[in-house]
Amino acid sequence: MSFLNKNVSETQIRLKDRLWLYIFSYIILFLLIVPSLVVIPMSFSASQYLEFPPREWSLRWYENYFFAWKVENGFNDWMQATWTSVKVAVLTIFVATPVGTMAAYGLVNSNSRLSKILFPIFISPMMVPIILVAIGLFYFFVQFKLVGSIFGLVLGHSLVAMPLVLIIVFSALKNYDMNQEKVARSLGATRFRAFREITLPQIKFSIISASLIAFLTSFDEIIISLFVAGGDNSTITRSMFLALRDQIDPTIAAISTILIVISSGLLIIIQLIGNKENKKD
Amino acid sequence: MNETSLNISIREVTKKYDQFYALKDVSLEIKSGEFMTLLGPSGSGKTTLLMVLAGFTNPDYGSVKFGDEEVILKPPHLRGIGMVFQNYALFPHMTVEQNVGYPQKLRGVSAAETKRSVEEALNTVKLEGLGHRGINELSGGQRQRVALARAIVFKPKILLMDEPLSALDKKLREEMQIELRQLHDTLNMTTVYVTHDQKEALTMSDRITVINHGELMQLGTPNEIYEHPNNHFIADFIGESSLLPVSIRDGKTSLNGEKIVLAEKAEKDGDYLLVVRPEKAFLADKKVKGANYFSGKLIDSIFQGESQLLVVKLNSNDDGQEVRVRVPNESVTQKALPEVGQTVSIGLKVADSYVVS
Amino acid sequence: MTIVEAEKLNQKGLQKVASNERFTFFGLTLPYLIMVTALIVIPVGWLFYLSFIGRDGSFSFENYERMMKSKAYIRIFITTFKISILTTIICAAIGYPLAYFMSQLSRKWANICMIGVLIPFWTSLLVRTYAWLVLLQKKGLLNNMAIEMGLITEPIKIVHNTTGTLIGMVHIMLPFLILPLYANMRSIDKDTLKAASSLGATPTRAFWTVFFPLSLPGLLAGLLIVFVLCLGFYVTPAILGGGRVIMAAMKISSNIELYFSWGAASALGVVLLVVTGIILFIASKLVSMDQLGNR
Repeated sequence: MSFLNKNVSETQIRLKDRLWLYIFSYIILFLLIVPSLVVIPMSFSASQYLEFPPREWSLRWYENYFFAWKVENGFNDWMQATWTSVKVAVLTIFVATPVGTMAAYGLVNSNSRLSKILFPIFISPMMVPIILVAIGLFYFFVQFKLVGSIFGLVLGHSLVAMPLVLIIVFSALKNYDMNQEKVARSLGATRFRAFREITLPQIKFSIISASLIAFLTSFDEIIISLFVAGGDNSTITRSMFLALRDQIDPTIAAISTILIVISSGLLIIIQLIGNKENKKD
Repeated sequence: MNETSLNISIREVTKKYDQFYALKDVSLEIKSGEFMTLLGPSGSGKTTLLMVLAGFTNPDYGSVKFGDEEVILKPPHLRGIGMVFQNYALFPHMTVEQNVGYPQKLRGVSAAETKRSVEEALNTVKLEGLGHRGINELSGGQRQRVALARAIVFKPKILLMDEPLSALDKKLREEMQIELRQLHDTLNMTTVYVTHDQKEALTMSDRITVINHGELMQLGTPNEIYEHPNNHFIADFIGESSLLPVSIRDGKTSLNGEKIVLAEKAEKDGDYLLVVRPEKAFLADKKVKGANYFSGKLIDSIFQGESQLLVVKLNSNDDGQEVRVRVPNESVTQKALPEVGQTVSIGLKVADSYVVS
Repeated sequence: MTIVEAEKLNQKGLQKVASNERFTFFGLTLPYLIMVTALIVIPVGWLFYLSFIGRDGSFSFENYERMMKSKAYIRIFITTFKISILTTIICAAIGYPLAYFMSQLSRKWANICMIGVLIPFWTSLLVRTYAWLVLLQKKGLLNNMAIEMGLITEPIKIVHNTTGTLIGMVHIMLPFLILPLYANMRSIDKDTLKAASSLGATPTRAFWTVFFPLSLPGLLAGLLIVFVLCLGFYVTPAILGGGRVIMAAMKISSNIELYFSWGAASALGVVLLVVTGIILFIASKLVSMDQLGNR
């Protein structure tokens, strides 16, 4: 067992002295990842009840998700809710990404006094308890008849996605050498052209990541949707939450599995993009 | 007026940040085709002045004219300047060729003409054949050259450089100083060069403007600035020097009670500082006329290759004032060097003896 | 005759250029500012106002008074703080060693472990909560396994109570603690540890006297994010608590959904906001705002 005497740190700690830390860490990582995955086998169970491991396998919950139009208990039109979620998430990208990117660019170039005031205000959607934002929006939207509308949902979701876009693009711009833009301007480019031709190509991967994260944020959002969505425009997570609160429907396992696949896929894309951007340096 | 360059006329440029002046009533005439260096310690305002010329910093008031044209209100992209930044600021998503060709692209120059001018610029900076390289494949010195090529490709009449050599190692930096100087002589564009390195300024410039605390301290040729500094700040900042307090009473100068003779008489009585350049002071075996002498104890002797630096603590001075003497490394004198601890006599020719306030 | 001070060279023109410049950058932040103002500042401000309006429509403190007197509300406050504090402590106890472990690995292995932290981070909250519901229920995986192994004879109740809520919340909050903490630990100069051990510190001592103090800003940022998010948490306790664990956010929601009682909901919301604000304010004195945003 000679590997136990290997040095594992700068201060010459041997592996056997650290073994507890290794074991502990791997257990925690296991517990972080695996519990969510339990929904995958569940979703292929034939049983109405949540048994694990399932005794019989079937695709009936996927069928239920994809093909059961208007199940009795009201909120259960899964496909329509999914479609709403996709529409809202895509539109959220187109609101949150430009608004957040513009603000990040403005903040990076503003004097520090202004950005010190604005920055906390701009990340306030992450700091104010989301339930408060939700009921505030609910009341606000009632006045403008936006409750239950796609537009209202997009505004609400953009609000929570914008700080993420802001932070991602802001830190990309912080790492970027603004002198490049100055050089371009001294050489004859207008400010806008310098941004478009010099800055934008270099931060585009961050902007793409930010927009994917905006999509995920919107897609996963529950609480604002709970208050603001309604009628025909329920989102998928809202429908799932309402279903979960009342009963345990295995269809949710099928939807969860699909959601896991989507978010893991997007995460992988974001990581790949991140690697690409890092390699350039 | 020269076709390839323009004179720059700066008047009363002032920039105030809260309570402190980055630039205070700066007026300066830069001749057409001149290599002008703005020299000063960090935070002196030299870079701010360059940024005012480029249009990136708005002064509170003042005027900047390129030739006869007032440019102070113009945005940077309409000023027609070439600029090299401290960290080069090359565009990493473009090849060398694309970087150098960018100003031409902005000017709508034809593809053929762009290609020709890019090649010419790359030749000028001795980078021929590297056009297809990516920026990340270049060494520090090569990047510097690309930045330069990009700034001169459209033959601007004014070239601004902000400490362009500070990121290079010493040897390369010294080579580039000479090259930049030669390049300037070939292209003959008006060049404004910012640096904090006094040796670099002395090497390259036609004239030097010394700036401190946002104010012009002295303007002159490298020789004038070195030999006749206006005040103790410049005497201390440019070259090496030991500054010894002297007092002048009734036109007679004394250092700690001992009389000394100056090259030029001071205008007024008062307290001054005697500037002793180490290379001008010498070890005196015997006293002859036409020089001032100080005696002291040798406390350190440092071999520096081309010379030996001696640190002497003056006898007559209670505070332990030190004078540095540089002895050139010649085989003859090498033997005669005194030992540490010995008492030595230092001479300074009257012609080299001057005081600053 | 009045003495007009002569205008300095180009002073007016330059002032105009400077103000244009400022306005350009400010203008770029304007859409964001408008959205935040319209969708958060005004609505929340309005809730603030509502919390001071009594049943008869006039200004009064009755919403707050009722809240302070009601045992139910006091219990909700206690539950909210208890769950938040416990979750934060457990997260720190688990997250600190894990972040430390990751910070000591090579970049490559650390990035692989990072995926382990990021996958749950980006998996829908609802999916993770649902998974725990499946695992922890009476006939769930955990109980079945424990019975088969002979640890217990009867299934025990680990969901629809505080235990279940805590398990779910720790799982969801852990990445929020690890991410800032890990970033902070990575940035600690390893030479400081070498220096400490060269000066004669044992590894344990070097850790406690050098590494730990240097990691405090990251830890603090992580604790703060976790605690603040816990205070306003809704989904996980609503599902895993099974109605037995009622936190502030759930009460606000039910006040509106079931009773249309805006005054009471607003008052509770204002208290929640003020507590969050105080915590963030104290923390902003200790760590910079940038770090908080760094999720």
